[in-house]
Amino acid sequence: MKQPFERVVHEHAATVLRVCRAVLGPHTDADDAWSETFLAALRAYPQLPDDANMEAWLVTIAHRKAIDVTRERQRRAVPVAEVPERATPLPEADHELWDAVGHLPDKQRKTIAYHYLGGLPFAQVAEILGGTNAAARRAASDGIATLRRHYRTDSSLNTTGDPR
Amino acid sequence: MTNTNEAQALYELTDPTAAQLAALRGRLTDAAEGEGILDVAYTTIDTPVGSLLLAATAAGLVRVAYAREGHDAVLQTLATRLSPRILKAPKRLDAAARQIDEYFAGTRTTFDLPLDHSLSSGFRLLVQEHLPLIAYGSTESYKQLAEEVGNPRAIRAVGTACATNPLPVVVPCHRVLRSDGGLGGYIGGLDAKTALLELERAA
Repeated sequence: MKQPFERVVHEHAATVLRVCRAVLGPHTDADDAWSETFLAALRAYPQLPDDANMEAWLVTIAHRKAIDVTRERQRRAVPVAEVPERATPLPEADHELWDAVGHLPDKQRKTIAYHYLGGLPFAQVAEILGGTNAAARRAASDGIATLRRHYRTDSSLNTTGDPR
Repeated sequence: MTNTNEAQALYELTDPTAAQLAALRGRLTDAAEGEGILDVAYTTIDTPVGSLLLAATAAGLVRVAYAREGHDAVLQTLATRLSPRILKAPKRLDAAARQIDEYFAGTRTTFDLPLDHSLSSGFRLLVQEHLPLIAYGSTESYKQLAEEVGNPRAIRAVGTACATNPLPVVVPCHRVLRSDGGLGGYIGGLDAKTALLELERAA
C-alpha cells in the first residue's frame, strides 16, 4: 500500500535538500536538483514497488540529478572574476566548512553526503557510486579526516576517535 | 547517522529552514500541475462544521471529507483507489473552497463545480446523482428517493448510497431523512447534519 506522495515529500524533503547542498553547494543548483529529484520521483512513484526503501530511492535519484545539474553548470559556465553566489545566505562562521567540503574529491564528498546526510549504509553508497563497500567506507573516513583538519571548532578539537 | 562532529556540523550547515522547504514544495506542486502528473490535489478548509478536506482530480472535485473520517485515512484511501500521486495543492481547490464558504455564509444555494464521480458506481452513483435535485432548504425521505430513482423497495440501498456519498455538503445527502422525520445517519455526524439543515432552513 503506497502512501500519498505528499507524505513522502513531508518526510524526506529536508534530507534530500541536505544531500543536494552537500554535493552541489548551498545555492540554487541544489534547489534545482531537489526539484528535479522530487518531480522525477513523483513521475515514477506509481510504479515503485511498495516495499522499496524510500530514502535510498530518493538519494539515488538525487545523485543522478546532481550529476545532471553539474553537467548543465559546466555547459553554461562563463569565466568571470568572481562567481556571484545566488545563495541562501550562510552564517559567517561556516564558510570555512563549506569551503572544505567544496574542495573534497568528488567521491569523498558524495560518500559523506549519501552516508551521513542521506542515511544510506556504505553498501548502498558503493552501489550508487561504484566500487566496493570497503572503498566507500575509506572514502568517507578520508573525507571526514580532511574536514577535521580544515574545520576546527572547540567541539571538533575534542574529537580524538576515528570516524566509525 | 551523524557519528562525528564533522558530520554533525555538515548536517547543521545544510539544514534548510521551513520557509526554504515551503518555497521548494510550492515549486514542485506548480511543476507537477504543469506536467499533468498531479493526479489528486487536496487542501483543507475551516467551516462551521469543522475542518473539511477537499480533493480534486483533473476532472473535478472527487472527495469532501469531514475531520471525523480522519483526513489521513481519507488521503490513504484516495492513494489506493485513485492514485498515490497526491500533493497538497490548494490552487486547484480555489473555486470549491470559495463556493463552500459562500454556502456556509448563506449566500449560495447550489454548487456549480465540475465533479468527478469516479469513487462511486452503479446504484450508489445513480442515487448520488439524484441528490442535487432535492432543492435547497427542503428534505426528502429515503423511501421517496428510492421511488424517484425507480427502485421503491431499495430503501436500505438508498441509505447506503447516502452514507457513502464521497462528496458531502456539495452533493446534499444531508437533505435525506427517515420517513418518520428522524435524522437517519450522516457521514459528518448528526450535529453536522443538523447544522446544515438549520442553515438552509434559516436562509
